[in-house]
Amino acid sequence: MSTAAPQPVTPRPAVSGADRTAVRPAAAEPQTVAVRNWSVPILLSVFTLVSLLVFSLNAPAETATFRISNPSDAVVLPDLAAPAGPTAWVLTAVLAAATAAAWLLTVRGRRVPGWLAGLFALAFVAAFLVWVVGSADNTTVFLTGLIAGSFTLAVPLIFGSMAGILSERSGVVNIAIEGQLLAGAFLAAVVGSQTGSVWAGLIAAVVAGVLVSWLLAVFSITYLVNQVIVGVVLNVLVAGLTSFLFSTVLSDNSSTLNSPPRFPQIRIPGLADIPVIGPILFDQTILGYGMYLIVGLLWFGLFRTRWGLRVRAVGEHPKAADTVGIAVNRTRYLSVLLGGAVAGMGGAFFTLVSASSFSKEMTAGQGFIALAAVIFGRWNPIGAFFAALLFGFATNMQYVLAILGTPVPSQFMAMLPYLVTVFAVAGLVGRSRGPAAAGVPYVKE
Amino acid sequence: MKLELRGITKRFGSFAANEDVHLTVESGRVHTLLGENGAGKSTLMNVLFGLYEPTEGEILLDGRSVRFSGPGEAMRAGIGMVHQHFMLVPVFTVAENVALGDEHTRAAGILDLEATRRRIREISDQYGFHVDPDAVVEDLPVGVQQRVEIIKALVRDARILILDEPTAVLTPQETDELLEIIRQLRADGTAVVFISHKLREVKAISDDITVLRRGRVVGTADPTADAAELAALMVGRDVVLHRAKAEPRLGEETFRVEHLTVVGPTGQVLVNDVSFGIRQGEVLAVAGVQGNGQTELTEAIMGLQPKATGSVRLDGEELLGRSTRRIIRTGVGYVPEDRSTDGLVGSFSVAENMVLNRFDTAPAGTAVQLRPRAIRELAERRVAEFDVRTQGVDLPVSSLSGGNQQKVVMARELVDGLRLFIASQPTRGVDVGSIEFLHDRIIAERDAGTPVLIVSTELDEVMELADRIAVMYHGRIVDIVPGDASRDRLGLLMAGQTAGDTDQEGPRA
Repeated sequence: MSTAAPQPVTPRPAVSGADRTAVRPAAAEPQTVAVRNWSVPILLSVFTLVSLLVFSLNAPAETATFRISNPSDAVVLPDLAAPAGPTAWVLTAVLAAATAAAWLLTVRGRRVPGWLAGLFALAFVAAFLVWVVGSADNTTVFLTGLIAGSFTLAVPLIFGSMAGILSERSGVVNIAIEGQLLAGAFLAAVVGSQTGSVWAGLIAAVVAGVLVSWLLAVFSITYLVNQVIVGVVLNVLVAGLTSFLFSTVLSDNSSTLNSPPRFPQIRIPGLADIPVIGPILFDQTILGYGMYLIVGLLWFGLFRTRWGLRVRAVGEHPKAADTVGIAVNRTRYLSVLLGGAVAGMGGAFFTLVSASSFSKEMTAGQGFIALAAVIFGRWNPIGAFFAALLFGFATNMQYVLAILGTPVPSQFMAMLPYLVTVFAVAGLVGRSRGPAAAGVPYVKE
Repeated sequence: MKLELRGITKRFGSFAANEDVHLTVESGRVHTLLGENGAGKSTLMNVLFGLYEPTEGEILLDGRSVRFSGPGEAMRAGIGMVHQHFMLVPVFTVAENVALGDEHTRAAGILDLEATRRRIREISDQYGFHVDPDAVVEDLPVGVQQRVEIIKALVRDARILILDEPTAVLTPQETDELLEIIRQLRADGTAVVFISHKLREVKAISDDITVLRRGRVVGTADPTADAAELAALMVGRDVVLHRAKAEPRLGEETFRVEHLTVVGPTGQVLVNDVSFGIRQGEVLAVAGVQGNGQTELTEAIMGLQPKATGSVRLDGEELLGRSTRRIIRTGVGYVPEDRSTDGLVGSFSVAENMVLNRFDTAPAGTAVQLRPRAIRELAERRVAEFDVRTQGVDLPVSSLSGGNQQKVVMARELVDGLRLFIASQPTRGVDVGSIEFLHDRIIAERDAGTPVLIVSTELDEVMELADRIAVMYHGRIVDIVPGDASRDRLGLLMAGQTAGDTDQEGPRA
C-alpha cells in the first residue's frame, strides 16, 4: 500500500534511560550492508505454486463471466468473459514473473517495491476469482455488485479504524473498538425505535460510543490501568450488558424498542450512472458519504493542522509535548472521546443501515478487524481506509461465493477475512511502526 | 532581563531535592550551576521551567513575582530550556519540532510550516547552525539535535536559556562549538544558565558559579578558581582529581578480538572489522562519542548481538557463538552500560541481584532450588566489602542511590578468578565519592592480573583508567594510542580524524 504514513521504517534504537541515541551510529557516511528479507520471495513463491497447482492445472473447462452493468443502467458495458483455463495460465505467468523479480531483487539486497507486491496481489485475486467463479454452479458474477458490497461491508470497519487511529495516534491503545461499535449499534436501535428518527438514533449511537471510550480514557489515562486490559474488559462488559438487555427487555418489546427506522439510500443523479464507479461510490446512505468525509478530514487534520501535530506529538513523545506547553492528558482525553464518537457512528451502521434490528453480539469481531486495519494501514487514515476495503472485499467474497455454490467449503470461505488479516498484518507490509508512546500512560513527575 | 530565585525548596515526600536555594541570573551573563549528579540542579531548573511546583519560595522576573503552572507559561515569560535528554519528537522534522506548541497557522488551524522554516533558516544563518528544517530529527547527529533544541528556544524569543548538562553527549569538538554558540548568545544579551559537573567547561564559559550539594547552595565561586577547589566545594571534601596508579605489570595477551563485525537489524554496520588484544594486568579503554559502536562491541563479546562475525578469543577459546551464560561461566565479568535496564532487576532485593548470574550454582543454589540463607550471607559479605550503603540486603535494589546500585553490579561481577573484566560506562550517573571507589576496584582487578576492557564516553574517566586507549568512530577503531595521549589528540580521533602518526599498534593490528 503506497499511502503509508510519512515515516521511514528505520527501527527505533533500544531506548535506555541514559541515552536514546545509544544504538545508532552518530553521523554521516552511513555504513550499511543489505539485509535480505527472504520471507517476501518465499511467500510469493508459495502463492505462485498455489496458483499453478490449483487455479491453472485444476482449472474448470467453463468460462467465468463477470457482469459489469445491469441491463437497466444508463450506460451498459459488455460483460467480461474469461475462459478459466487460459486466463489462469496467463495470470500464473504474471505471478511467476513477479516472484522471479522478487527473488532477483532480494538476492541483490534490494527491497521488493510496494507496487510489485500490489501487482502480485491483484493478479492472485483475479486468478482466484476466475477459478472459483468458473468452478461454481453459476458461472456468472456481478462484479460491480461484488465491489459495491465490499464497500458497504467495509463501512463499520472504516469507522472503527478511524476511531482506533484517533486514539492510538494520541498514545492510547484502543482495543475497545468492538465494544464502542456494539454499544453504538444497541443504543441506535433503541433510541431510533423509540423516537422513530434515524437522526436521534445516530446521535444516541455517538453518545454510546463516547460513553464507552470515556471509560477507556478514565481508566487508562487517569488511573493508569493497562490499556489492553481495560479495552478487553470493556468489550466483554458491553457484550454482556447489551446481550442481557436484549434478552430481558428488547426481545419482548421488539416493536417499540428494536425496530429502528433506516437511513435511505441517496442516489446522486448523474454521478451514480457512471459505470462501475457510480453504483459503488454514489449510491450510499448519508452514513456512507459521511464516512468518506471523516476519512478525508482525519487525514488532513492529522497531517496538516496544528491539532494533528499536537495529537501526534503526544502519541510519540508526550514529555516533549509537555515541555512546549501542550496539555498531554487533555489532548489524549479529547482524542479518545472523539474516536468513541466516530466508532459510535460505525455502530449505528449496523442497526440503522445494514440490519433492521439489533441482535446479540451483532458486531461479530469487526472491531478487531478494524484494529488490524489500523496497523495494516500504518496508523494513516487513508491507509486504514484501503485496508478496511480489502477486509470488506474478503468478507463479501465469502457471501457471494456461498450464493454461487462454489466447490470450496463455506467454513473455509468464512475464514477468508481473518486469514487475509493475519497475512496482511504479519508480514506483507513490512515492519509497521506505530506511535512510540501508544500504551504508555503519561505521568508528570 | 533579570531572574531571581528566592528560597526555593522542593520536596518529594520527605526528601528535599532543593532546600532554600537563592540564585540570580542576569542578561548577558553565563551563570553556572555546578554540582554532582543528584545534587538537585535539574530539579531546580524544572521548578524554574514550570515542570515542578516549588514547595516554598518564589521566582522573580525583573523584580516581579511569577508563578508558572507549566512550561508553556515559562516559555511565554521568555525562559527556554535545552533538556539533558532532548525533548524532540524523533519522527518529526526539524520544522515540525520547532513549530510544536507555538505553531504558525492559517485559517482553521491549518499549519503554516513555511513560516517556521523561514525562522529556522534565519536563526541558523545568524549562529552558523547549518540545520536543514526538513530533516527528520532521528536521522540527525546528537550535536545537531541539540542545536534544534536551542533553535526551539530562540524561536520563542527566550531571553533566559537553561542548558541542562549540554555537553554530556558531545565530542570535545562539538563541545567547543557549543561553548562558542553560548558566547554569541551572551553577547546578544541572553542570560544563560549552564548546568554541568565538568570543571573544565565550567571554568571556560562561566561568569558566575553557584555550587549545589545535596539540594543546597554551598557556595559561589569565581571562574578563575582552582579546579581542585571547585571539586572540593562540589563534593564536600578534598578530592584527588588525578591519582597516580602503579605501572601495569603486563602478562600475556590472553584476550584477543579479531575482525569483529556486528550488523544491526536493518543492516547498519555497527562494529566494523575491529581487532585488538588485551594483556593480563592491562586496562584497554575504548573512548568515543556515544553511539559509535562501543556498546555493540561489548555486547558482541558477551554473546548479546545475534549478527556478529569474526573471532573473540579468551585463553585461546572462541567465545563468539557461545551463549551468554557459557561466556559468564568461562570467567567473564560484565558491567553493562545501563544498570537500570540491563544490570539490575529493580524490584528484586539487593541479595537477589547479587546472585543474578550465579543463582543456580553453589553457594547460591542448585539447578532446582535457591538457598536464601546462603544468598543473604554472600550478599552481606559483598555489601560490606564494596561499602554499599543500604539499610539491608532485603530491600529492593531500586531504593538505592545510583552510585550504590552501581556498586551492587560491580560487586556481583568482580568475583574471584575472573579471566576477563568488561565494564561499560562504569561510573555513569555516579557521585564523585563512589567514582573514586569504583575506579580503585577496577585498577585493583587489573593489578590482580586480569585483562580489563573499559568503555566510557567520559574522556576524564578514560584517561584516568587506561593503559592504552582505543578510539572508536562509526564502528571502527580509528587508532589505539598510549594511555597518556593528549586530550586534543583523543578529541580529533573521536571526531574520526586519523593522525598521520600511529604508534604501538595500528588500527587493525
